[in-house]
Amino acid sequence: MSAPALADEAAEAMAAGTTVAELRADKRVRRRRATLPYVLLAPGIIWLVVFFIVPMWSIVSTSVETGDMDTGFVLSWRWANFGDVWSQWHQQIIRSLEYSLMCTVFCLVLALPLAYFIAFKAGRWKNLLMALVVAPFFTSYLIRTLAWKTILADDGWVVHAMNTLHITPLLSGMGWTYSDNSVLQTPFSVVCGMVYNFLPFTVLPIYTAMEKIDPRLHEAGQDLYASAWATFRKVTFPLALPGIVGGTLLTFIPAVGDYTNAVMLGGPKTKVIGTVIEQQMIGTGGNIPYGAALSVLLMVGTLVITLAYIKKAGTEEIV
Amino acid sequence: MAVVNWFRKHVIAIVAFLIFFFLLVPNFVVVWMSFNKPSGKYNVKWEKFSFDAWKNPLDDGILHDPLMLSLEIALLATLVATVLGTMIAFAIVRHSFKGRGFVNSVLFLPMAAPEIVMGTTLLALFLNTFGVSFLGFKSILIAHIMFCVSYVVITVKSRLNGMDPMLEKAAQDLYATPWQTFWRVTFPLVAPGIGAAALLSFALSFDDFIITEMTAGNSVTFPYWIWNAVQKGIPPQVNVIGSLMLIITLAGIAVAEVPKWLKTSKAH
Amino acid sequence: MSKDTDTRPRAVSERGRARVDTEAGDLKLVNVTKRFGDFAAVKDLTLTIPQGSFFALLGASGCGKTTTLRMVSGLEEPTAGRVLLGDHDVTRLRPYKRPVNTVFQNYALFPHLTIAENIAFGLKRRGVKDIKKPVQDMLDLIELSHIGARKPNQLSGGQQQRVALGRALINRPQVLLLDEPLGALDLKLRRQMQIELKRIQTEVGLTFVHVTHDQEEAMTMADTIAVMNMGRIEQLGSPTDLYENPKTTFVANFLGQSNLLPGKVAGPVGEHLQVVLEDGTRVLIPAARNRAGGEEVIVGVRPEKVSIHSSAEDVPDGHNVLAGGVVTDTSFVGVSTQYVVKGPYCDEFGVFVQNDGALIHRPGSEVVVSWDPSQGFGLDGKQDIDAGAEADLEAGS
Repeated sequence: MSAPALADEAAEAMAAGTTVAELRADKRVRRRRATLPYVLLAPGIIWLVVFFIVPMWSIVSTSVETGDMDTGFVLSWRWANFGDVWSQWHQQIIRSLEYSLMCTVFCLVLALPLAYFIAFKAGRWKNLLMALVVAPFFTSYLIRTLAWKTILADDGWVVHAMNTLHITPLLSGMGWTYSDNSVLQTPFSVVCGMVYNFLPFTVLPIYTAMEKIDPRLHEAGQDLYASAWATFRKVTFPLALPGIVGGTLLTFIPAVGDYTNAVMLGGPKTKVIGTVIEQQMIGTGGNIPYGAALSVLLMVGTLVITLAYIKKAGTEEIV
Repeated sequence: MAVVNWFRKHVIAIVAFLIFFFLLVPNFVVVWMSFNKPSGKYNVKWEKFSFDAWKNPLDDGILHDPLMLSLEIALLATLVATVLGTMIAFAIVRHSFKGRGFVNSVLFLPMAAPEIVMGTTLLALFLNTFGVSFLGFKSILIAHIMFCVSYVVITVKSRLNGMDPMLEKAAQDLYATPWQTFWRVTFPLVAPGIGAAALLSFALSFDDFIITEMTAGNSVTFPYWIWNAVQKGIPPQVNVIGSLMLIITLAGIAVAEVPKWLKTSKAH
Repeated sequence: MSKDTDTRPRAVSERGRARVDTEAGDLKLVNVTKRFGDFAAVKDLTLTIPQGSFFALLGASGCGKTTTLRMVSGLEEPTAGRVLLGDHDVTRLRPYKRPVNTVFQNYALFPHLTIAENIAFGLKRRGVKDIKKPVQDMLDLIELSHIGARKPNQLSGGQQQRVALGRALINRPQVLLLDEPLGALDLKLRRQMQIELKRIQTEVGLTFVHVTHDQEEAMTMADTIAVMNMGRIEQLGSPTDLYENPKTTFVANFLGQSNLLPGKVAGPVGEHLQVVLEDGTRVLIPAARNRAGGEEVIVGVRPEKVSIHSSAEDVPDGHNVLAGGVVTDTSFVGVSTQYVVKGPYCDEFGVFVQNDGALIHRPGSEVVVSWDPSQGFGLDGKQDIDAGAEADLEAGS
């Protein structure tokens, strides 16, 4: 420390009515307090930056490489890769968006009454029911998805019941299934599996938002001439909106990239973009830059939606 | 009229019950099919009741390696992610720092990103920097820690937020040093949240497939094994493992919830 | 929907004064019982609340007063019995179809709506077309016109309370229910709001049913008070009637304080009855104010009706006298001095003496207490002498 600086310090200590030693100790404590949060944050955040943010750059650079499996791929900045993948697989991209949109709509339709019931009507069963909603998380989802193959089998009672109720012809009429007495290997079975797998992700944020609502507000609504339905529209829904938007986001975006349901419950006609990427990156497709380019499209698309959401709603609500 | 009234009053409960049915039926099918004795390679159609699969849950050892790999990765990923995530949660709730928006976004994005994007971006990173030989145990572990951290942070954070900060002030007022305050007051109170976060991490890691598939190279975890088996034939042993996981979960819920439930029912 | 549930808005005049609704009638509860599982919160309650009155349901927490209120609003359905508004049976009518509004305990203001929107909520739900003027009039009445565009969480407790009141009042309900409406306010604001509420009730002329555990609040505002205990009404009457002529030990203890001394009736002495207390002292009570049917009686007297003396010589003629007491506690509270006296007749006998500059008796002083026999009352001696005393403490905490 330079002489003038020492003099400054002595003057500061004089002004504060303490000794130089005390002032130094005080500053040390304050400095430690100021650096503590960064020490706590650093390991985890660095991990996320290195293995989540940096890879985004890697995939962009990979997406503009050229070459083949035998000779290897080199970075040639061939942006035309994006044109190639679009013309080759836009059908699958659009199909993925359709499936995840349907999945999100159905998840919302199911999640709203379920979250409402647990938050307001379940009383002391609340925690138990919420535990049951997340319980499926703890058994392998691939095994559970396979169970839908048993449930929706052609000679199972579900399909029999759907036949009796004339639901199967209705579904095939709408183009959701391909025959009048079978539902597997169709968009219907794929979306059914997706709804099943993503429903807890929709329910959780909506439930969290609803649980914060004072149940007396419902009584106030009813007292002020609003029927149960009007109270839901005018009081519950607007107050739960942050959770509803969050739940929609946490369902739609992961659903766009999902391919497990499409492969396990679908058939050749339900191929989605995730399957294409999987095949190009590690499977029989063999063109890693094409797979990377499709990933970049998916990444940019979802990033735009998510950042727009963060900007509007903030992250504190969910994180 | 009475029926209509009853229905109106309970319509929401009926709907909720049906949705629960939808959510839980596959679990029961998993258990039920574990007692099946399929004639072919695919355990999809019910044929004959048998304990065969339960007597030989590892299918003559075929399932041993994938299960052990999944367990090892899940345990290690849980340990690291829980420590990292808990530290972040403390920083967010108890400290002020610059760049809060950035930290929140970095935590939120992995939860909202499609798994295939996280998998392929990581694969690209590993291929570009280390080459194919890096793929395996290490790369899977790195990926699992990455996606578990955010979930640990939200779980611990909500517990911390629910804690009265005056308790810590009170401890300090009663002559506890910051270190003692942390270990004697804060930590015991936050521990259930950390425990829940660890359980969630374990489940997420053990169950992950898409990111794992992208970063696994030639290693095969349990979900990856099932995925491959879908093409070749699925033995009922897979259902046995699934049933065991379900039983452990339900037992956990029972241990956590039943005492609380009994307490409240007595109070009424 | 039946035509009886018509809840057309009634015009609010320029000065915010209501046209008194002449078609409405009294609120009647007939043999109403409400059970929650094995627990009966309200037991066979029959009650008539006249139109236009300010009625208070007073009791400790858990006495059934809030359940009664919720059955009137429709938020709770009676297990048995009927609720009538005029001649109209509303027992099974859904809350949103009743011409009854509630001011909720913690106000339950809609946090996502502004003050004006909160107030307009009921009118909008009923499909009233022109709501601008009535909302503005109501904002004027509750003196919040300047902050109609704010959200509830930007308001103070007192302001929120007024919004809750305005939101209910604007619908001109046949009955306005107030569930501990001042419970969340501090003492000073509470006093102010008590006067305000009374003013508004007189101005709009609606029936107010007010639930509270605060006896002072009930006495300040209500025309009629019903004291509730364990799901039943202990006594019903005007505040003065309840205070001066309590019917049970519960009312005597819960409403203000009472000195209660058990004894046996010895016989009539003119217009009075002579009672022998447990220590042998003989006192007189007015025969007309004796509620005890049999021989066992509890003599009651309010602490402010008692005077305290250094020696028996100072006692005015004709007073009941209790000698041999020692002051155990003296609290000077400004307007009065409150003594606790321990004597052979009672361990804690309270005396409130108005601050007229007289000598203050220190703890340890030997004193004689006395009162004019006409100020005492007699209660049935078979009751629990402490009933209502703990209840008051509980509610106050």
